Amino acid sequence: MATPLLSLRGISKRYGEIRANQAVDLDVAPRSIHAILGENGAGKSTLMKLIYGVETPDGGEMLWEGAPLTLASPAAARRRGIGMVFQHFSLFETLTVIENIRLVVPGQARALVARILELGAEFGLEVDPHAHVHELSVGERQRVEIIRCLMTDPKLLILDEPTSVLPPQSVDKLFETLRRLRDGGISVLFISHKLEEIRAICDRATILRAGRVTGNVDPREHDAHDLARMMIGRDMPDPPPMKPAKPGETVLELIGLNYTPDDPFGMPLKDMALTLRSGEILGIAGISGNGQAELSELISGEIRLPFETREQVQMMGEPAGHLGPAERRKLGFAFVPEDRLGRGAVQGMSLARNSLLTAHPLGLIRRGLIAMGEASEFTRRCIADHDVRTSGPDAEAGGLSGGNLQKFIVGREMMLAPKLFFLAQPTWGVDIGAATAIRQKLVALRDQGVAILVISEEIDELFDICDRIQVLSHGRLSPSLETRQTRPEDIGRYMIGAGAAA
Amino acid sequence: MNATRIRPMLVKRDRPSLSLKILAPLLALVAATLINLLLHVFMGKDPVAVFHAMILEPFISFPSFSEVLLKTGPLLLIAEGLAIGYRAKVFNIGAEGQFIIGAIFASALPVWYPMATGQWIWPTMLLAGAVGGALWAAITAFWRVRLSANEILVSLMLSLVAAQVLNYLLLGPWKDPNGFNFPQSVMFQYDAMVPLIIPGTRVNASLLIALALALAAYVFMQKSFMGYKLEVGGLAPRAAGYAGFSEGRAIWISLLIGGFAAGLAGAAEVAGPIGQLQRSISTGYGYAAIIVAYLGGLHPIGIIFSSVVMAAIYIGGDNALVSADLPIAAVRVFQGSLLLAYLMAVTFVRYRLAFARPVSEVAA
Repeated sequence: MATPLLSLRGISKRYGEIRANQAVDLDVAPRSIHAILGENGAGKSTLMKLIYGVETPDGGEMLWEGAPLTLASPAAARRRGIGMVFQHFSLFETLTVIENIRLVVPGQARALVARILELGAEFGLEVDPHAHVHELSVGERQRVEIIRCLMTDPKLLILDEPTSVLPPQSVDKLFETLRRLRDGGISVLFISHKLEEIRAICDRATILRAGRVTGNVDPREHDAHDLARMMIGRDMPDPPPMKPAKPGETVLELIGLNYTPDDPFGMPLKDMALTLRSGEILGIAGISGNGQAELSELISGEIRLPFETREQVQMMGEPAGHLGPAERRKLGFAFVPEDRLGRGAVQGMSLARNSLLTAHPLGLIRRGLIAMGEASEFTRRCIADHDVRTSGPDAEAGGLSGGNLQKFIVGREMMLAPKLFFLAQPTWGVDIGAATAIRQKLVALRDQGVAILVISEEIDELFDICDRIQVLSHGRLSPSLETRQTRPEDIGRYMIGAGAAA
Repeated sequence: MNATRIRPMLVKRDRPSLSLKILAPLLALVAATLINLLLHVFMGKDPVAVFHAMILEPFISFPSFSEVLLKTGPLLLIAEGLAIGYRAKVFNIGAEGQFIIGAIFASALPVWYPMATGQWIWPTMLLAGAVGGALWAAITAFWRVRLSANEILVSLMLSLVAAQVLNYLLLGPWKDPNGFNFPQSVMFQYDAMVPLIIPGTRVNASLLIALALALAAYVFMQKSFMGYKLEVGGLAPRAAGYAGFSEGRAIWISLLIGGFAAGLAGAAEVAGPIGQLQRSISTGYGYAAIIVAYLGGLHPIGIIFSSVVMAAIYIGGDNALVSADLPIAAVRVFQGSLLLAYLMAVTFVRYRLAFARPVSEVAA
């Protein structure tokens, strides 16, 4: 084997008690697409931060083309030829593509435009250099980020979960670009937790679990089960079995919902229609930023409609658009928001005090005073019934891992015995075990007759648990699709806004 | 290019410890004391005399200590009220104005009915003052909720307005006709005075009221559901929105409580040691109480201690003015440096100092 482009030997990094990386070895060959595979919290992000110079390792050494490498900052990494595209883009929406690129790359505007077009033609990264970023789709923005990296002539390009923001159709186009980059002499570090993607495109895969390397394989020689075993230490859990739904009365209805946010970069919602009945699970597919945040706040009551248009949201058969969150909860509504810390839970407060947030009507308040005994008891039950790994009701919410805190919040909301249960991105940043547990509970609740609405970016997740799926794209909601008669490509067509033509 | 530099940086602590939280204000007090004594030395004053007058005298001489207790009352009242709002991140900076309006409301009774008698008069005055303070704070709450007008600015500006209202009354309709044209009201009748509780001193029952309200504040902030809602609003506004705790209501409650307490303090001042309405009813209590609230860690029990400390600084400053020849601004300087020292100390409760490992970039 030729000298690896990048070698890590025994790299370790710890944050307080948490060992994010332990004795990690990694060899990235020149001209290769190398996957870093692992669950949320396995240490992928930390490893990339070390390679990109955002953090410095506690131990071990890094070699770059055979010579020792120490990086003080991302700028130093870029000078050595390491570029990175983050999961969350760092583009100014009010500026054009070329203006964004000129902020980082020196040179004459005209020369840069020529170079952008040239790179675009060479690697399949077509984008209009003079377009404003806010007009671009997510896929185009990603291309801008990649082009910006390529302008500095990197030898290694790190992509952090690049497909998580793309509709299925755009994924193929991205893969084509990555192949051309590899053939053009650039190595790609591809971070993902999606097994099939890695098998489709990567030459090599290093698998991380709990901060350690648990496998270093050619992914094309292993099937998804093998990779999953290396990633989570056991077989991939099966999706929960689904009996046919027995829908009952209508519990949630959106009737021509229109909403224009105050924030000029928010997504206006146009003429949304949706009907959800008890005993069924409806999924809202689509990539965040297409109106997901606005829709969830309109359903939860955090955004209220004016009294005149209150009938656009119907809950339990009543006009509810003008009601606040507490009033909607009284109707039998419960909600798990997409952000856990700071919205679903208060970071600096104990779990018991976090129970009060929404469970206070369950006898946790007596004559205006907090009944701490009851609150602790409620919290203990939630911890036990929902397998929350923590020291007890007095543990601070901020001290729990993402998955455990999510299990606590989901458990708390389930204990409210809702008729209408709404979850936004229920398994974002949650490990596979916890995600499976949450999905199983949702299916069980559905079978008991609860109406469940799930907003999710993970199409696989929606296919596993939903009876019907609607796609949210550019503030518009697609017609309802029966999951059994729908393929992921159909969802993808609506995601890129071409659904009506199909 | 081999840069070896050690950079100090602040690293967030996983969890601030309770002992550090208690230590921080004490350290701040010691640091502020040392800095001020040093300053006094540079000014050519005798540090031993200053130390004795400012720090020791308020506690070792009984007449001095009784004055400390007298000043503790209003500071404790105002700071308890402010702390409730500050925990909810509603920043009422206008306690001074609410204090003045409280004093005016309380004074209306003895000014208009100087001949009235009966034990009901002083309690009625205290209540009127509290209501007046709350009404004044309500102006701020209204604009904040209606127009999102910043409560810091509105409440602060209203303090200046309140001072002008006081001036107008004392130079015009409420001026004592037999007062040699001094800008002050008539002296209040005996029944308009809060009863004394320690004979031979000026300490009156308002100190007991303040202590009782401090305990009430403790129950409200630590045990009640309303206090919990305010705390959530302060710590995580989006969680409060998610739970459906009204932000507007939190603003109203915070400001009304703050205004009520400050107004009560103002009333107790004119119905107590002063005994009439005059221009200098407040020596910056409304502003000093902000420091008191933070120095007490925004905790109802902590504030009891910090208000005694702040009262001692007032009295010690007065003592030093006479016996150690310190300028009148010395008290203000001490207050300010105490707040700064505390804010710095608090930073180290939340963060610890770490030194980044020297990093070197290998020359290519």
